[in-house]
Amino acid sequence: MTTEVVDPVPGAGAPHLPRQTGLVQLLTPEGERVQHPDYAIDVTAEELRDLYRDLVLVRRWDVEATALQRQGELGIWASLLGQEAAQIGAGRALRPDDTAFPTYREHGVAWTRGVDPLHVISLFRGVDNGGWDPVATGFNLYTVVIGAQCLHATGYAMGLQRDGAESAALAFLGDGATSQGEVNEAMIWAASFSAPVVFFCQNNQYAISVPLERQTRIPLYQRAAGFGFPGVRVDGNDVLAVLAVTRAALAAAREGQGPTFIEAFTYRMGAHTTSDDPTRYRLASELEEWKLRDPIARVKAYLSRTGTADADFFADVEAQADELAVRIRRGTTEMADPPGRAMFDRVYAEQTPHLAAQQAQFEAYQAGFEGGGH
Amino acid sequence: MAETLTIGKALNLGLRRAMEDDAKVVLMGEDIGRLGGVFRITDGLQKDFGEDRVVDTPLAEAGILGTAVGLAMRGYRPVCEIQFDGFVFPAYNQIVTQVAKIHARSRGRLPMPVVIRIPFGGGIGAVEHHSESPEAYFAHTPGLKVVAVSNPVDAYWGIQQAIAHPDPVVFLEPKRRYWDKGEVDTGATPEALFASRVVRAGDDVTVLAYGPMVKTALQAAEAAAEEGRSLEVVDLRTISPLDLDPVVDSVRRTGRCVVVHEAPVTLGLGAEIAARVTEHCFHSLEAPVLRVGGYDTPYPPSKLEEEYLPDLDRVLDAVDRAMEF
Repeated sequence: MTTEVVDPVPGAGAPHLPRQTGLVQLLTPEGERVQHPDYAIDVTAEELRDLYRDLVLVRRWDVEATALQRQGELGIWASLLGQEAAQIGAGRALRPDDTAFPTYREHGVAWTRGVDPLHVISLFRGVDNGGWDPVATGFNLYTVVIGAQCLHATGYAMGLQRDGAESAALAFLGDGATSQGEVNEAMIWAASFSAPVVFFCQNNQYAISVPLERQTRIPLYQRAAGFGFPGVRVDGNDVLAVLAVTRAALAAAREGQGPTFIEAFTYRMGAHTTSDDPTRYRLASELEEWKLRDPIARVKAYLSRTGTADADFFADVEAQADELAVRIRRGTTEMADPPGRAMFDRVYAEQTPHLAAQQAQFEAYQAGFEGGGH
Repeated sequence: MAETLTIGKALNLGLRRAMEDDAKVVLMGEDIGRLGGVFRITDGLQKDFGEDRVVDTPLAEAGILGTAVGLAMRGYRPVCEIQFDGFVFPAYNQIVTQVAKIHARSRGRLPMPVVIRIPFGGGIGAVEHHSESPEAYFAHTPGLKVVAVSNPVDAYWGIQQAIAHPDPVVFLEPKRRYWDKGEVDTGATPEALFASRVVRAGDDVTVLAYGPMVKTALQAAEAAAEEGRSLEVVDLRTISPLDLDPVVDSVRRTGRCVVVHEAPVTLGLGAEIAARVTEHCFHSLEAPVLRVGGYDTPYPPSKLEEEYLPDLDRVLDAVDRAMEF
């Protein structure tokens, strides 16, 4: 069964926003498999166990990184807690030749693209701007300016289209980003050129502290209609549903059917980043309500109930998570600071004489300290 | 082969040649297709290269630049036309936070060979937001390169060099000089893109200008010569990186320097040049480096632009002041 569909009353305004209109769901919070007429999906027992492992490992990564920030090892951390299913489901829907354009919270998607967690952490530690190779991984660098990457994904998709490549771009954004002009421009471009791009919005209900109601008076997925392409709302805490919906949208894009807007209806269980205090802007009862929809618990319940996984499997995943946490902790604390001269490198493909002179000046100045016994 | 061309036609031919040389070059902008652009710089190119190479975009500047970023990541060389200088600001975010930084952020893995063509400056009697001089905003942003052409030869070669260049280039076209003519040898070996050039030799004062003000500076030098005063005029040609070597050589000889630009004087390019010339020529200077520019006001209604824009008399006045020290 799907959740009850309640269409909004036109003009009804903010407080009466329906919370779960038209939600695609394949695995209920209780861990029961349900069917959806448009999004059938066949997954093997092994695939299900792999998805579970992904969810557990990225949560452990996230918890460890949050702890590292609290201990002063990271400048800041943007937690994905609660959004694991949205990210693993979307990431696993990508093919190797597709390209993801993340914001700064898509650690789960990075995981599915084979990006080393330490490369992501290095960004938050202030060592670099993201140490992974965006070309080799098909996972672009993080974009902090809200929504800018939606245009990049669209332009990249236009390039795929020109090249006759049967691949797609997947742009990630949040609910707050839908208010940005550039996101709207990206959707206009995508529609106008029928670009093979999918917009994947993780509606986690808050733009830092500002609730969804301040961004929109209709469900976000319904906005797609105004741009002339399909919008789908999926249970963002249901990894199977997200996988099915994103797979379908990417396939449509690759086949030349143009863009889709996916609204993954989810919830950020933690703070926006380690710098804010969510108790100032939301109620504990809301958090408790969302805990009942935990993206990992429902997969575990399903795996247990159906005998798809046994206690040994769960213990093994826990052990892998522990190992990952140790590796992340050790890798973070042992991470070397970059050399100072690195800031001058690659500002340009072709270095300018002026910057080269500044670099030489910097190095001479540094060398003075080293040689001068400071 | 030498041809007499306007700056506008030289740009058109330069774009055409760049598109012939490299199939990855894609022109993007508003009205650049059938219309050929509001200044007709892309005239006939869509007809010959097709709608995929000369793209009439939706009307949104951030969209033009943001999708250019994605195309560049995919190996294309987008050439974006901003219709008028004052319209670049909706795209400013993409230019300064994305285009300028992606090469460094990706440690060189994502090239960003984007050209941003902007008809800039005043003097054509336009309404507001059509006559701005935004060069300092871009020159202040590491990761961007900025050039301003002043003549058909540099227009023809410069646009091709900017497109072939691996870094993002803000390419400023002096709109009031689009119709100025000059002889272009299309078979010649071009000068380097990021180099300034002495365009008139002289001994008394070094006058620096770029884009539309080069002609004004040359007119001033002509007038000064009649009064027995010898001005050396340097066309900067490149704003970022600045090529000050010819300037420093010149000022060490003349001992005096006047910088001319249309943009408001405060924190304009003249301020940077004055600082650097002072640093390098301090012992040769007979007078402070003087600046002639637009006033620190919004660009005025067109009936007042003759008062706002530096003309040869204001340049000569600065030359007189420099000589009085």
